[in-house]
Amino acid sequence: MTKKIAGIIFLVILIVSSIFIGLVDLPIFELGTWSSRQNLVLLSSRLPRTLSLVIAGASVSVSGLVMQNLMQNKFVSPNTAGTMDSAKLGIVFVMIFLPNAPLLMRTTVAFGFAFLGTCLFLLISRYLPSKNTILIPLVGIMFGNIIGSIATFFAYQHQLLQNMASWLQGNFSVVMRGNYELLYLSIPLFIIIYLFAYQFTIMAAGQEMAINLGISYQKMRLVGIGIIALSSSIVLVSVGNIPFLGIIVPNLVSLKFGDQMKNNLPLTAYFGASFLLICDMIGRIIIAPYEISVSLIVGVLGSICFIGLLLKESRRYS
Amino acid sequence: MTRKLTSITLGLAVLVACSLFMTYQTYGNLDFAIALRGKKIVAFILVGIACSFSTISFQTLSQNKLLTPNILGIDSFYVLIQTLSIFVFGSQSLSKATSLWDFLLTITLTMSLSTYLSFILLKKFKRNLFLFLMIGMILGTFFNNVSNFMQVILDPNEYDHLQGKLFASFSNVKPDHLTIAAILIAIICLFLWHLAPQLDVLHLGNDHAINLGIDLRRLQLMTLFAITALVGISTALVGPTSFLGFIVANIAYQLMKTYRHQSLFLAGSLIAILLLILGEFLVEHIFSFNTTLNVIIEFTGGCYFIGQILYERNGNKR
Repeated sequence: MTKKIAGIIFLVILIVSSIFIGLVDLPIFELGTWSSRQNLVLLSSRLPRTLSLVIAGASVSVSGLVMQNLMQNKFVSPNTAGTMDSAKLGIVFVMIFLPNAPLLMRTTVAFGFAFLGTCLFLLISRYLPSKNTILIPLVGIMFGNIIGSIATFFAYQHQLLQNMASWLQGNFSVVMRGNYELLYLSIPLFIIIYLFAYQFTIMAAGQEMAINLGISYQKMRLVGIGIIALSSSIVLVSVGNIPFLGIIVPNLVSLKFGDQMKNNLPLTAYFGASFLLICDMIGRIIIAPYEISVSLIVGVLGSICFIGLLLKESRRYS
Repeated sequence: MTRKLTSITLGLAVLVACSLFMTYQTYGNLDFAIALRGKKIVAFILVGIACSFSTISFQTLSQNKLLTPNILGIDSFYVLIQTLSIFVFGSQSLSKATSLWDFLLTITLTMSLSTYLSFILLKKFKRNLFLFLMIGMILGTFFNNVSNFMQVILDPNEYDHLQGKLFASFSNVKPDHLTIAAILIAIICLFLWHLAPQLDVLHLGNDHAINLGIDLRRLQLMTLFAITALVGISTALVGPTSFLGFIVANIAYQLMKTYRHQSLFLAGSLIAILLLILGEFLVEHIFSFNTTLNVIIEFTGGCYFIGQILYERNGNKR
């Protein structure tokens, strides 16, 4: 219990510091006496930014967890299964054919592509030998490369490559009131995942086991992919690509707390959000008043964690 | 006997393709065309050889016909070096005088990275090659992140320069680069040719190979070094060509129906050259330079990749 409270206090501290770190000084103890400019900064930039960090961190890690359960593989995530690249293709498609489309439209198209791409990869991955846990993510990456090359093919012809690169970079400095609200959609998705947590836990034991235990496997799998694709494309469209998060956080959580998803879900969301908040703050502090984009910080810390995780795993087997 | 016949047919096809490519639509300026296109042909030959040697030995090493050496993250490292050089020195630094040094530096850097990686393989992961591949992949993602970060803040004009360097481009190969690359590739390929009988044995599986007296770790290390060096040189010469190796190796297996690496190397190189010429012809005369060779390779390679997985699945069923 004390651990829980300590955890919540820690998250609150992170959130508060994320709100108050920045170029415009917001004196925390003179809360009532701020100028209108300071209020504006708080409401239209700092608060949206912090909220979107929390939501994005949680939803990326949770969709990683769900995907790992669905594919029975600890090393897949929307980044290593073609989901992100398919969403990217969707975004390029929108940029070329519907350049003035509103954000909602972009997300819908990206979602459609992400959904189809993930289904395709699931289909392919069934043809792979499932014993080799590292082969599936490797093939997933190659699959992602293929989809990515189609996106590049069109982006190159329309001179959109740099534009695309900046779209895809995880960056929270552009989050403002009015362009991040879509992220709130992740909250109902999270609730749906929580409701189905038992089913997903059982599905991690394999198709036959799940069917024997009375789960309509095919239907649940479609639900799962739908949720993953939707939340990945929402995050991709509103803040960009955040690498590694979907693999590291669920793995660290399950190393420490086991594989029961109903317990793990809140923990995964919690650690994902905290990790992303910390990374974003590091990015804001290092070269202040400028910023390093969060995807770079996550990339650096994440690759170190990931390699450590792999080494630990290998030591356990040898 | 049929194998020899296939090789001869392939060789003839390459000769025909070469001469057609040299003489098609020259508008009477045969000398000019030969000077211009000859350079390309030499580049095709070098890249084709490097590609097939490296991929075929890589697939034997990893005992998997779906993986290609670009999983090691060398391509991403190349992209990082290029982005970094433009980011730090600006596009002015790409003048003629420095380009040779640039080329040599790129080769040296990629080679030292690969030596370092192979060294880690020897030290840390005694027999777990897949773990090593996974780490290469993580590093690749990490390099991509860093370059993505810099590409977004680049001035759009400089980005255009970068883009020109990043896409496989056979038309702006420098003659002096070709000579150096030719010497290096020849040395390494001779080395692999020399290792080929041992690779034939390795094809039986790691345990069998050890029982038959192969020093597995030494062989893995040396082959891996040769592979990374080849990929590094060919990337430095023309930019990333990731999926070419995959197509070439798999066609070579199907055509030659043998495990003998020397025949596979030979057939693979010929197929690669043929495909490159064909692809370049498509880019120049069908797409009229609206796309790049790299994209075409990646796309066809991708389709072939998925087809191959499905095909193998059906083969197992029977």
